[in-house]
Amino acid sequence: MKGVEVNVQRVSRSYGDFKALDDVSVTIKKGEFFSLLGPSGCGKTTLLRIIAGFDFPDSGSVEFDSKNILPLPPDKRQSNTVFQTYALFPHLTVYENIAFPLRLRHVDKETIDKKVLEYVRLVQLEDHIYKKPSMLSGGQKQRVAIARALINEPSVLLLDEPLSALDAKLRQNLLIELDQIHDKVGITFIYVTHDQSEALSVSDRIAVMNKGKVLQIGTPYEIYEAPSTRFVAQFIGETNSFPCTILSCEPYEEEYLMRVQVPALNGEVSVTDYKAQPVGTQMDFTVRPEKVRISSNPPRSTVKELNTFKGIVEEPVYSGFQSKFYVKLDNESSTLVKVFKQHTAFLEDGPDIEWKDTVYVSWTASDGYLVKDTAR
Amino acid sequence: MNYHKYSSKSGFSFSYVMLALVIVFLFIPLFVVVFFSFNSARGMQWDHASLIWYKRLIFESPSLWSAFRNSLIIALTSSVTATVLGSLAAIGIKWYRFHGRSYITTVSYLPMVLPEVIIGISMLIFFSAVKVRLGMFTIFAAHTTFNLPFVFMMVSARLDEFDYSTVEAARDLGANERQTLTKVIIPTIIPAVLSGFLMCITMSLEDFVITFFVSGPGSGTLPLYVYSMIRYGVSPVINALSFVMILGTMVIAFIFRKFLKTVAASS
Ligand SMILES: Nc1ncnc2c1ncn2[C@@H]1O[C@H](COP(=O)(O)OP(=O)(O)OP(=O)(O)O)[C@@H](O)[C@H]1O
Ligand SMILES: [Mg+2]
Repeated sequence: MKGVEVNVQRVSRSYGDFKALDDVSVTIKKGEFFSLLGPSGCGKTTLLRIIAGFDFPDSGSVEFDSKNILPLPPDKRQSNTVFQTYALFPHLTVYENIAFPLRLRHVDKETIDKKVLEYVRLVQLEDHIYKKPSMLSGGQKQRVAIARALINEPSVLLLDEPLSALDAKLRQNLLIELDQIHDKVGITFIYVTHDQSEALSVSDRIAVMNKGKVLQIGTPYEIYEAPSTRFVAQFIGETNSFPCTILSCEPYEEEYLMRVQVPALNGEVSVTDYKAQPVGTQMDFTVRPEKVRISSNPPRSTVKELNTFKGIVEEPVYSGFQSKFYVKLDNESSTLVKVFKQHTAFLEDGPDIEWKDTVYVSWTASDGYLVKDTAR
Repeated sequence: MNYHKYSSKSGFSFSYVMLALVIVFLFIPLFVVVFFSFNSARGMQWDHASLIWYKRLIFESPSLWSAFRNSLIIALTSSVTATVLGSLAAIGIKWYRFHGRSYITTVSYLPMVLPEVIIGISMLIFFSAVKVRLGMFTIFAAHTTFNLPFVFMMVSARLDEFDYSTVEAARDLGANERQTLTKVIIPTIIPAVLSGFLMCITMSLEDFVITFFVSGPGSGTLPLYVYSMIRYGVSPVINALSFVMILGTMVIAFIFRKFLKTVAASS
C-alpha cells in the first residue's frame, strides 16, 4: 500500500477567542479514503489547511508516518491539495496546469509529456488539453485540479469539498470516479465534505466534526447504525430523536434490553444496546424513519420487544422510490413520527395509506438506539 | 473576450447610425488637421499640396524637439515609477492587513478625482514651500503623482478577480516563494500592469494643466510648447506635428495590442 499514515494529535487552533479546532485527534491509515464530515464552519477546512501547511496549530502535532511535518513549508510536504475553488492557473492551459509541478522540478520534456498524458487520461480530459481554464465546465475544472494534484505522486491527497460547486448528478458520477482513482493510485485520501451521503458512499472511515471537535470516528456503517451522540444521529441521515429516561435494564442475548420512558411519545419503549445504562440515566432515544413500519392494521406480533403506537397520517409525501409519512400520535403528546416506506412492489400492502388515515407505527427494540444526551 | 456576435438582418439600424455618427464626430477634426498639414499656404485656404510644414517641423524647430525630448523623458520615468509603485501598493493593500488600510485606498484615488487646477496649484505651493526649483524633477514628481492612482486602480481591479488560492496551490505543488511570484502572480496581473503603464505614458504626454504650474524655465513639455506656439498664431507646423503624433500613437497602440494578446495567450 502506497501513501502514508497521517497522525493528528491534540491539535487546537483559535482565531482570537474563537476555537476553530479544539483538541482534535485523528489517525488516518495508509491508503485510506478518510472523510472529514461536519456542518459549515465546524473547522474541516482549518484542519485540512493545517495538514497541507497553509495554517499552523496553536498546539498539538501532525505527523506523516511518525515524522513531524509541522516545520515543513507546503512545498516540502508529501501532500497535495484539491481546492474547493479549483485554484487553476488562469493563464495556463489544461496541459500546462497539469505540467506545472513537473516543470518546477525541471523534469525533461519527454517525461513531462508522458506523465501529463497519463494523468489526463486518468481524469478523462484527452479532448481538452489545449483549453484555458475559463473555457472549461465546472466538472472539467475539477478534473484538472485532481490531475494536477496527483501528478507529483503525493502520499496524501487532500480534497476540500471538491464537488460542492457541481450539480447533484455530476457530483455522483465524479464521486464514483474519485473512488476509482483512489483505488488506482492507492494513496491516502482525506476528503472534506458537509454532505453526509457523499461521505457515507465512498469513505473507508469518517470523522464527524462539530464546533471544532471530533465527535465520532468510524466506518460509514458504524456512524450510521451506531451514532454516539445526538448530533451525529441527526446529522447523518434523518431520524426521530427524543429525550428519554432509563427505567430498567437486563441482559438480552449478547446485548442489553432496556425499557425507557419517552415523554415525547407519552409511553415506554423497548430498546437494545451493547452497553448497559444505569437506571435513571437521561439519554436520547433515536429510531431511523426507514426502520419504522407503517400499517393500517395493528401488527400481529405482540412480543414485548416490539414497540407500537397508534396515530393519524398528518402528511404523506410521495418521493418516487419511497413515501414519507409524518404520523401524529394518537395521545396527548401529538408528537410527529417520521416514517419512510419503500415502494418495493406495487400494492404490496393492499390499499395505500392516505392522508388522515388511522395507522400503526411499530419498530423492534433492536432498530432503535440510545445516544448520549449532549447538545453537541 | 467576446464570444457573442450580434447579427442584424437589416443593414441599416439605429446602432449602425449611431456608430457612423460617433466615428464622424471623432475623426472629422483629425482629418481636417491632417488635410491642412499638406497645404502649402498658411491659412485655411487650400493652395497646393506640399511637404513644407513637415520640412519646417523636422529641420527648423529645435526648441520643439527639445520640448518633445523633455516630454518623452518625463513620460517614461514617471510612468515606470508610477507603475512600479502603484502595482506594489495594490498588492500590499490587497494581501496585507495593517492599520489605515482603507484610508490609504480612499486617499490614493484623490489625485484622480480632484480638478487638475487644484492639483497643479497645490503642487506649486508645495514645491515653493519646500524650496525645490521648478524644472524637470518637479514635473516628474507631479506626473508620477497623478499617474499612480490609475495604475493602482487597474491592478487592484485585476487582483480582485485574482483567486488567492492559486498562490497556495502553487506553493502546494512545489513552488517556492520566488517561483510563485514569477510563475503565477506576475503572469496573472501583467496585463493590468502593462495597461496601466500605457495609460500613464499617454496621460503624461498629453498633460497640460498640472505641467503648466510645475514647470520651470527650459523644462517645458510638448503640450506647453504647442500652446506657446498657438499664442503667436496657428502655425501649420502644428498640423504636421499632429499627423506625426497620430501615426506614432496608432503604431504604439497596435504593437501594444499585439503584445498584450501574446502575453495573455502564452505567458
Ligand atoms: N482566518 C480566519 N480568521 C478568523 N476566523 C476564521 C478564519 N478562518 C476560519 N475561521 C473560522 O473558523 C471556523 C472554521 O472554519 P473552517 O473554514 O474550517 O470551516 P469549514 O468546516 O471548512 O466550513 P465550510 O463547510 O463552510 O467550508 C469558522 O467559524 C470560521 O469563521
Ligand atoms: Mg471549508
